[in-house]
Amino acid sequence: MPRRSTNFSSVNNPSSAQSLSTNSVKGGIISKASATKPNRLSQLFSTSPKAKADTQSSGGNSLPTSAAPPISSASLSLPTISLSTATAGNPNMDEPPTTLFQPPSPEEARRLAKQHAQFGPIGHPSHRYLILIAFGHVRDFFGKRFREENYRHLKPRNGYGALNSDFDNFYVRRLKLRINDCFERPVTGVPGRYITLIDRATDDHNKHFFFTGTTTDTLNLSSYNYLGFAQSEGPCADLVEESIRKYGIISPSTRAEVGTQDLHTEVEDLVAKFVGKEASMVFSMGFGTNATIFPALVSKGCLIISDELNHASIRFGARLSGASITMFKHNDMRDLEIKLREAISQGQPRTHRPWKKILVVVEGLYSMEGSMCNLPGLVTLKRRYKFHLFIDEAHSIGAIGPKGRGVCDYFDIGTEEVDILMGTLTKSFGANGGYIAADKVMIEQLRATNSGIFYGESPAPAVLTQISSALRLINGELIPGQGEERLQRLAFNSRYLRLGLKRLGFIVYGHDDSPIVPVLLFNPAKMPAFSHEMLKRKISVVVVGYPATPLVSSRARFCVSAAHTKEDLDRVLTACDEIGNVLQLKFSTGVAGGALPSTEDVTPPPEMEKEWHRKHDPVAPPRWRIEDVIRRGVQDVKGPLY
Amino acid sequence: MDIQETQRLLSECLHELANLFHRLPGSAIFLRYVKSSYQNDPIRSAVELFLFLFAVRYLLAPKYSTKPGVVQLSEDEIDDLVDEWTPEPLVGNPTALEEMEVDKRTVIVGPVGPKSKLANGRTVVNLGSFNFYNFNTNESLKEKAIQTLRNYGVGPCGPRGFYGTQDVHMKTEADVASFLGTASCIIYSQAFSTISSVIPAFSKRGDIIVADKGVNFAIRKGIQISRSMVRWYEHNDMEDLERVLAKVTKEQARKPLTRRFIITEGLFESYGDMVNLPKIIELKLKYKFRLILDESWSFGVLGRTGRGVTEHQNVDAAEVDMIVGSLAGPLIAGGGFCAGSEEIVHHQRISAAAYTFSAALPALLSTTASATINILQNSPETVSQLREHTKSLWAQLDPRSDWVYCTSAPENPIMILVLKPEVVAAKRLSIEDQQFLLQDIVDECLTNGVLISRLKTLEDNFEPKQLVPPALKVCVTTGLTKKEIEKAGTTIRHAITKVLSKKK
Repeated sequence: MPRRSTNFSSVNNPSSAQSLSTNSVKGGIISKASATKPNRLSQLFSTSPKAKADTQSSGGNSLPTSAAPPISSASLSLPTISLSTATAGNPNMDEPPTTLFQPPSPEEARRLAKQHAQFGPIGHPSHRYLILIAFGHVRDFFGKRFREENYRHLKPRNGYGALNSDFDNFYVRRLKLRINDCFERPVTGVPGRYITLIDRATDDHNKHFFFTGTTTDTLNLSSYNYLGFAQSEGPCADLVEESIRKYGIISPSTRAEVGTQDLHTEVEDLVAKFVGKEASMVFSMGFGTNATIFPALVSKGCLIISDELNHASIRFGARLSGASITMFKHNDMRDLEIKLREAISQGQPRTHRPWKKILVVVEGLYSMEGSMCNLPGLVTLKRRYKFHLFIDEAHSIGAIGPKGRGVCDYFDIGTEEVDILMGTLTKSFGANGGYIAADKVMIEQLRATNSGIFYGESPAPAVLTQISSALRLINGELIPGQGEERLQRLAFNSRYLRLGLKRLGFIVYGHDDSPIVPVLLFNPAKMPAFSHEMLKRKISVVVVGYPATPLVSSRARFCVSAAHTKEDLDRVLTACDEIGNVLQLKFSTGVAGGALPSTEDVTPPPEMEKEWHRKHDPVAPPRWRIEDVIRRGVQDVKGPLY
Repeated sequence: MDIQETQRLLSECLHELANLFHRLPGSAIFLRYVKSSYQNDPIRSAVELFLFLFAVRYLLAPKYSTKPGVVQLSEDEIDDLVDEWTPEPLVGNPTALEEMEVDKRTVIVGPVGPKSKLANGRTVVNLGSFNFYNFNTNESLKEKAIQTLRNYGVGPCGPRGFYGTQDVHMKTEADVASFLGTASCIIYSQAFSTISSVIPAFSKRGDIIVADKGVNFAIRKGIQISRSMVRWYEHNDMEDLERVLAKVTKEQARKPLTRRFIITEGLFESYGDMVNLPKIIELKLKYKFRLILDESWSFGVLGRTGRGVTEHQNVDAAEVDMIVGSLAGPLIAGGGFCAGSEEIVHHQRISAAAYTFSAALPALLSTTASATINILQNSPETVSQLREHTKSLWAQLDPRSDWVYCTSAPENPIMILVLKPEVVAAKRLSIEDQQFLLQDIVDECLTNGVLISRLKTLEDNFEPKQLVPPALKVCVTTGLTKKEIEKAGTTIRHAITKVLSKKK
């Protein structure tokens, strides 16, 4: 995106790029010299002092001394990002990586290639599922006969129906249980740049876990902490502390009764101004926001056209509304247009009465795909077909756009084109809850019809203060420059990691500027392997498979944060490179970018650029060396990601 | 002449065709199949040929829609229809009641305590918040919350499944479970969403729910989304419950066994009265139903130490299959919980939508919940003091008013005050009239320095519709002295009399 690249003007000073390249040439991937340099910037987004102390003691290597200056407004408002000198935590990269599997030797690879030339490998991921499913059924068959006590809740007993049906439960018991240690990992402390995992072990194959009594500090690529506001220090936390002292802990009532405080109205005004709408309302839960808003907007006789990959909360709310629901293919504007023409021309089923309202529901940024909605396309269609547009900006608010104001900001489209902007305050702002923003008339009316306002608990003062202080930091009211810096760091980090992974040969889904970077693993068995290998390298990642993704496209998801430094991302890239080789994850053919640099120094004649490219750059699978990725990354992220 | 010529051409042509056919990939297989399948059986060949032709015809047939009633329209006609179609505005015009709802919203400036400051600068006695034990202004709880803030930040930045499970959440779950005496517990990040997710996690299409007619909005939403078969029984009528249970059991006798649930509340949100738990347990065991009990308003209130209706009525909490409650009310924390056996809790961790797809509860609310549970557990006098206060306020309102009566149980610190039927009949008040009158009473109380609220209810789209009688809602707090409570009660009573006697 050309508009986006202007963001990097301040990142763009030649000295930092210079020092970066020399650094990495000398010191390899993560030079020790840079790791021991004391740096104030690295403290900027650091976790709590306790976590820091833990990092130091557990790592063994010396980290920047904790005598670094305390966070003050002076150290926070650094105008530029020095990308080269920030420190990574403490990756023990010098010891040889211990791996689960050995990569095949060249002879082995050749033998396999020959074998596969004769008969296609039984490698389709769904086959692996079939094996697991077959095993599961065999185990169930014998288990039900010989170890009945384990199946009690799955069978009707003493006249009670089975608590959950055997069939529904099969996936959980026989497939997810195997990799349960990759989910619900207990953590402690701030989910910032690092996250502290509480170590646990199992001696009954993941059925139960016990704590080993130790903790592990890992680099956090799993939390939705896009702008790095998950902090227990700094201006936000100070204001929150003040607010707890002043306001108490919660506002113990519902919003409609007596649960509205001055803080609520203040935050609602700030949110409305931030997203660019006249008014807004805030709720104490993001899921609950979506679950309650649809019944207030549409009812029987209305139609909801929803993107097929929309979040569960949207489906929950849509189902409660009583409206008819159809889906269109993910981000496919042609399919949406077909659906719209059909809906408007045919009207309601059977009666053919025209629909009262048609509400198109999309997400700004899809959390499993990293793709953004096609807002320009939607707006064009909206002008023609007059439907109402609802955008769920759960992940995009704060994380996308030159000013962090979500997809409208990113595509430079006025917010008046979108009827309802919904979003969560959990992700970018480090708080909790959700909001709905729309015209003043609409919000006033929704206050009298939305069940979340009537029955849901009112958001707590601490949470509200976190939201308001984060918003005021982003718009520069509190500490000028810091919000911009966070946005720039996030934009750089997202593009840098994405480009690096593409060049290493991974298949990466999603939009170039998305801070969600899903790496495709395909084979479900590689999910736990990837997660374990990353954990060994002290990086925490999220792996997702069926049912959150299609059966055959299991993936690992990185959530980039402004709290990460370039060194952190280099550490991730290095780890991915190693793991990618070991687990054979580098599938990319090069059609989606990450191409090798052209060796010739000739520029194509402009009139036949396409032709020239086809001839001169045959699509080659990108398999860059990690050193080159890191060396070239900083300058190449400014252009389109190729 | 030319017969031979033609023959020659024909055979050449055939030869050419045969050559072409043999060059086609797979032709040998086809030939072999025809040869081996013919087997001197012309009927079989005829059948096969017929099948082949049928398949060809089927594949070449034009597509048709399987949807009934689709009208074929040309592109131009569709364009016209699109031009003509004008949707209704997304949000309609407000009714008078809805306008009042928004206009009369109370905004508290500063902390919510027993005495709160309003936006107009006046300080009033707050009998509207669920701040029963006045934990909200408790300094040691605040310190504890700040300590948590300094260790955990505010939000957990992720759902429980993906690195959002913090040690404080696990501690709160264990605390609630041991407080109630159940095997296990799971916490959600909003009380209102909890039961709407718990019900559909267990009760699916084809299952049977027997529910009280007076259950709250959240339960109704849970039942609606579960798509189960619902049977309602009259509010708090145990005989009717037994009748319904017997009927369901009889109807289902021949059908395959499905899950069956009884759903009710401990203290009812809309009426304030209490469930007869021992009787329900007896019936549930007799008819083999599972019991989902919503203790949102009784947890932390009823019983000697606030364990809820199970403690109050001497029922073992393990007898109730699922106890759902709120940590957001008197406990001054946030979120809701569901306590039950290990299997029940474990199942929700994967299949309850509001748990799986939502961010976790902020750590500082979680630790506050643990702390307030600890206070309740260790000082039963807190709960008994609340009961004393409730009694004093009750004495000021229910027996001494000619206009309203209290539908709440005497132990309930939330008093639901409903207009007496004879008043409604005498003045011929519609539901809407009553709402306006009650709002006038609320305003009158406010001018006299007491903040109370109306019972706010919302009509939903789930059949059968529920008709909650309009009511006033008065909440007791131990943050006030007995004298102050009695004085506030008198103020409310006088306000009711003043407004209602004026109304012709």
